[in-house]
Amino acid sequence: MPMDFQYKKLSKKTKMILTILLVLGCVVLTYMLDQGMIGTSYTIRIVRISVIYALIGVSMNLVNGFTGVFSLGQAGFMAIGAYSVGVFTIPFESRANVYYLVPMSEKIVNVELSFATALIMGGLLAAAFAALIGAPVLRLKSDYLAIATLGFSEIVRALIANNQLWPITNGSLGLKSIPGYESLFTPVLISAAGIAFMVLLINSSYGRAFKAIREDEIAAEAMGINLFKHKEMSFVISAFFAGIGGGLLAVHLTAIDTNQFKIMVTYELLLIIVLGGLGSVTGTVISAFVISFGKELLRWFDLPHYIGGWAIPIFRPGLRMVIFSLLLMMVVLFWRRGLMGRKEFSWDGIYNFFRKWPWRWRKLVRGEYKIENRERRKTQKEGRAVDKAGRAAGRAVRREEKQKQKEVDSNAE
Amino acid sequence: MQNNAAEKPNVLRVADATMQFGGVVALNNLNMDVNKGEIVGLIGPNGAGKTTAFNVITGVYPPTNGAIYLHGEMIVSNYPQGKMKELYAGENRGKYTKAKVLTPDKITKMKVARTFQNIRLFKELTVYENVLIAQHVKLKANWFTATLKINHKEEKAMRDETMRLLSILDLADVKDAVASSLPYGKQRHIEIARALATEPAMLLLDEPAAGMNPQESDELMRFVGRIRDDFQLSILMIEHHMQVVMGICERIYVLDYGKLIAQGTPKEIQKDPKVIEAYLGVDD
Repeated sequence: MPMDFQYKKLSKKTKMILTILLVLGCVVLTYMLDQGMIGTSYTIRIVRISVIYALIGVSMNLVNGFTGVFSLGQAGFMAIGAYSVGVFTIPFESRANVYYLVPMSEKIVNVELSFATALIMGGLLAAAFAALIGAPVLRLKSDYLAIATLGFSEIVRALIANNQLWPITNGSLGLKSIPGYESLFTPVLISAAGIAFMVLLINSSYGRAFKAIREDEIAAEAMGINLFKHKEMSFVISAFFAGIGGGLLAVHLTAIDTNQFKIMVTYELLLIIVLGGLGSVTGTVISAFVISFGKELLRWFDLPHYIGGWAIPIFRPGLRMVIFSLLLMMVVLFWRRGLMGRKEFSWDGIYNFFRKWPWRWRKLVRGEYKIENRERRKTQKEGRAVDKAGRAAGRAVRREEKQKQKEVDSNAE
Repeated sequence: MQNNAAEKPNVLRVADATMQFGGVVALNNLNMDVNKGEIVGLIGPNGAGKTTAFNVITGVYPPTNGAIYLHGEMIVSNYPQGKMKELYAGENRGKYTKAKVLTPDKITKMKVARTFQNIRLFKELTVYENVLIAQHVKLKANWFTATLKINHKEEKAMRDETMRLLSILDLADVKDAVASSLPYGKQRHIEIARALATEPAMLLLDEPAAGMNPQESDELMRFVGRIRDDFQLSILMIEHHMQVVMGICERIYVLDYGKLIAQGTPKEIQKDPKVIEAYLGVDD
């Protein structure tokens, strides 16, 4: 019986088969949900929001987790994507109804784009906006950068609600009658493709350069990596996918207004990527699902609850968000690296995780943990004793020196 | 020595470089040459401006006044401007009238690589990734083709080159270790390997033997000599270990209070009264 745990790797073939099975499983699950074999329309809604948040979360992680640029502008880019999809996909017959206060601008009233075209346009617009603000913003560092991007995302929101843009964006009235999804496959596939693209980018030489910037900007620059160019690249690509995600969200909601793209959305995304692990794509995807489903489960706290006819006063709408904030605080305090840290999901990891259990169990049964802990405590205690003695000796030496100095001084006098 | 220098083509030339921070002249009128295949030492007491000289050469900050030439071609030049016009306390005011400033990444692209005094590896990445990242500077593909793996040949070449480099430098056995988990001496080697991965013609080493015991610094000395020959480098190094400097450098420049106080072969430097004064002080 091996005493020490040995990390074993699976063969390439096994991994390939497992991956294919996983993908097939996801496809089958999506199909079953779509056909109403399992779950309800409520479940479908949550899955939809999960995959959309997974895409936007990964795009945010690209900048925050992989490039190490603390940007909080995601909501603004999402708004750009959402509005370009919204404005151009509302069917002609509903347009008069939606733009009832100020009629739609004549230049675009007869323009209706397909969902795909509008979505890509939304992504490109968001990317263009990011390229524009990237030039000044990315020269800032850490918290200054966060504040600047936050400001720009609010500017986007204010611009969309602005009077002059009413004929296009319908201002603060928002857009409705956006045709919704016909199939669950649409958001799932688009989001999967987007995430796959970003994973490929991260694994390419450019992705490695991003990581280098995250690790040490000065060293990265000394290795010939142009900081601004690479930061801008990651920022713009991230904005593109945030725009795509915003467009997907608009179709999911079918009715949008500027209040849905407040800072709170960015914070929610931040929670997703911090919980999943800054710098882990799979962590982000997992935590997007965990958080989206968790938020629905937390709705229990928003409902009134009674003890023998007496309504407990803290259970009222809004408590959910309090719990949410507490959760974020706990993650930051006790689980700083999130679910996955910077690791990615791997079959080897899963395999060894489960293989490790019997070994751990054996150790536990044999009381080896106890012995280890006792030994650790013993060395710690000894270390402390040595420290203490060292400090005492230091004090004695200093006291002696002082004494000598005093004597010298008194002699001099 | 003069004849010797004339034979070899010049690689790096620092001309009248002055660096002034506010009112402090950290580097005063430094003139320095590094010729092809040479190992040149830059020494001086603490705060003499050695690392400032490195930062000026590698573009971390532009010189306040002066110029830098690479292979005889001027790459950086500057003169006191703005506030510095009045504040400037260095020499050769008015000699340079052209402002040409490059960022560190551009200078690395011109085949000048460096290491840092306090190791600056990409700490949480593996040794392999550290070296692989340094090859990014040579990448020709754009982000789109790189993402879609259209440049897989180039990518493979980069990976092969990384492996080749790691095995030449005896680092192949630690290639999957996280950089920060390795002992100090090893990290120094990795930093040099990373600098070599950018395919430099000129290598600047900032205190490569700092914190090493005599045995380790001996090994490092041999290592530096070996890479100079294997990679056809010219090396400029800052070092405090006199044993290393005297053992390996062909010429030495001595800085004190930002000024060049001596230059010459190790033997000349050892006898130079100014150097002895700077290092040991003299009786009043």
